[in-house]
Amino acid sequence: MNSTHHSLDYVRKDLPVNFKKIGLILSVVGLILVIAAYYSDPVRSAFNNLVFLMLLTSIGLGAMFLVAIEYIGGAVWSTPFRRIAEFLAAVLILVPIAAIPVYLNLHDLYHWTHTDVVAADKILSSKSPYLNESFMLIRIALFMAIWLIFYKIITGNSKKQDESKDQNLTTKNIKISAIFMPFFALTITFAAIDWMMSLEPHWFSTIYGVYYFSGTVLAGLAAVTFLAVYLNEKGLLVKGLKSDNYYSLGALLFAFTNFWAYIAFSQYMLIWYANLPEETFWYLARWGGNWKFVTLGLLVVHFIVPYFGLLSQPSKMDPKRLKFMSLWILFAHLYDIYWLVMPTFSKESFVFGWIEAGFLSLAVGLILLIFNYKASRENVVAIGDPKLIRGINFRL
Amino acid sequence: MSEKVLYALTGLFETPDQIIDAAEKTSDGGYKKYDVNTPYPLHGMNQAMKLPPSKLGYAALVFGLSGTVSALALMYWMAVIDYAHVIGGKPYFPLPAFVPVMFEVTVLSAAIATVFTMLFVVFKFPNNSHPLHDTEYMKSVSRDKYGICILAEDEKFDENGTLKFLEELGATNITHQYFTEDSYATWWSVLDKKFAGILAVTAIATSLVVYIGLNKVLYMQPFSWMMEQEKLNPQKGSVLFADGFSMRNPVQGTIARGDLPYEYAVDPEGASKLVNPLPITEANLQLGKVKYDIYCSPCHGFMGEGDSRLRGQFPNPPSLHSEKVRDWTDGRIYHVIAMGQNVMPSYSSQLSRNEKWATILYVRALQRSLNAKESDLQ
Repeated sequence: MNSTHHSLDYVRKDLPVNFKKIGLILSVVGLILVIAAYYSDPVRSAFNNLVFLMLLTSIGLGAMFLVAIEYIGGAVWSTPFRRIAEFLAAVLILVPIAAIPVYLNLHDLYHWTHTDVVAADKILSSKSPYLNESFMLIRIALFMAIWLIFYKIITGNSKKQDESKDQNLTTKNIKISAIFMPFFALTITFAAIDWMMSLEPHWFSTIYGVYYFSGTVLAGLAAVTFLAVYLNEKGLLVKGLKSDNYYSLGALLFAFTNFWAYIAFSQYMLIWYANLPEETFWYLARWGGNWKFVTLGLLVVHFIVPYFGLLSQPSKMDPKRLKFMSLWILFAHLYDIYWLVMPTFSKESFVFGWIEAGFLSLAVGLILLIFNYKASRENVVAIGDPKLIRGINFRL
Repeated sequence: MSEKVLYALTGLFETPDQIIDAAEKTSDGGYKKYDVNTPYPLHGMNQAMKLPPSKLGYAALVFGLSGTVSALALMYWMAVIDYAHVIGGKPYFPLPAFVPVMFEVTVLSAAIATVFTMLFVVFKFPNNSHPLHDTEYMKSVSRDKYGICILAEDEKFDENGTLKFLEELGATNITHQYFTEDSYATWWSVLDKKFAGILAVTAIATSLVVYIGLNKVLYMQPFSWMMEQEKLNPQKGSVLFADGFSMRNPVQGTIARGDLPYEYAVDPEGASKLVNPLPITEANLQLGKVKYDIYCSPCHGFMGEGDSRLRGQFPNPPSLHSEKVRDWTDGRIYHVIAMGQNVMPSYSSQLSRNEKWATILYVRALQRSLNAKESDLQ
């Protein structure tokens, strides 16, 4: 059978120089704009910084989740792409740095950090055992430590395997990934609650963590999908990868698009049905002024377009379609975070200007740079993984 | 016994890799009408056989969307057109509440329609006959071998050439498969009377056994329903009392606490002499307005003009602004509220004495709003 590969055909090459060039330009431009933004409008910058932080967290954690779930599920099809997810998980290293400005501007972002406001507010003071600055600082630091420790161990084992080809490393990673999962579930839920839900500390939604999780996985998947298709077309991955190998990426993107819509709609419908003023104000804030159009746009951008774009079976394997849809979904996730965060800052109407563009540019630039950095020092394919050959030969 | 006709040439292979390789070479060799039989689905077979993407998805799409539309149309017709009804304070057309139903019906109709399309269109059910049925070849490929079957009706088919082609592929057990014209007679054997009869009897018997077993013989009440309490219910019999009624009359010569019997039940003229005991205060008028808006306004209208909100489901009452009603004494109106009149029932169980009088004060205020007295203008 001529399409089956029994030996590995991988030569390590550097990524196209564009990665570094575009990454550098975007980062420098972004950094200048971000610094200028903090001088001209610190409050708006702090909110943008939060969007920036959540975007990096989504991509890093989403990629980390994909790595762990591959080990736990024993997935074969994804092995040729796992290293891409591992590189993207390195974005988690940036998360603590991106979080520093958020901590310096806590009072602008979260009104529960003002002790006088909390003292006068019965609901906030009863929430204060959880919502207080020092506890938030401790637990967020703990979450980041957990993410980075698991990132270090799992990707470290994977990297070691490139040389040693030791199968026990896979077994080890399966166990570590299984331990990571409950930590992942708890930390992502509480991180979403702390960073975004507590922007409106009177409001609560028990599905909020799951909502953010669905977006996180989508963002991680979309980034992996885009890079997988792009790098494979440039011939930087192993030989023998065909559109069949993409199919599950497309299918998962489609599945999580539906999952996001399911969760988002469940949250909306329950609040709409119960019609309790303590819950509905959050949606009303996103329905006032021209936020209405952003909210309706979210439905189109985050659900309708990806849904029909990835509905048919051939579209889940078509490289062109996948590249477009994965970039689209990354944009949709950014849109979603913007929609979650910004109404607290600008109540009357949505804002988009050079400040938002600066933070976005910095985020994209940094992700490209960190990916390029990892790819220049490590193999882009997990060449020591015992499942790799089966993964390359995976056919529908 | 009619003449045997060559249906196909079949060959067997030992491993999945071999059969995928064979399928690839067969399609490369220009054969169009051939099939591959394996004990389980093989990854990569679609590409090897160069099969176009399945069209079944279109059936799923069409039926799924018609499910969405019909669910929406049904609910729209029920909730907006036929029986417009306010539920939970939501609008008549509460789209978010409809979405789960639309979603479920979409999934259900897409799934069922896809299965039926596959069964009836692709598999041509109830045709259950195939020339390869009950052949040694079929027994092998449903056990541990991987088979290929090139049909005689293929344009490129040539008995000797194809035989050689299969040999070159490395196939073993190459066999000529025949079918006879009269095998068509067994095409519809699913509908055979004996078979269908036994199927029907089995289905009915199983259903009956399950139903009787679970709902009658083994039935245990899961917990005490609130409806089934050890108490006396109105309009039901009783073994406790000598007369067999569960409803009792009040003890002679007593009245309920906080209640006075209405003594003019059959004497409207006597009731006319009753005087409203309540003074005209804002609190009393407010109480009267609240009670009027709840109990009276559905038929009499908020302004007492007899403009019912019930869309003709109940006869409209006459206006409260007529001269007759304006000339009635408070006591006479009290009598109507207490005893009812024509189709209007008694409101004694809804309104206490004082509430009735307060409502009358409010009715008087409504009347004065349209027909003010000279003294009101001063």
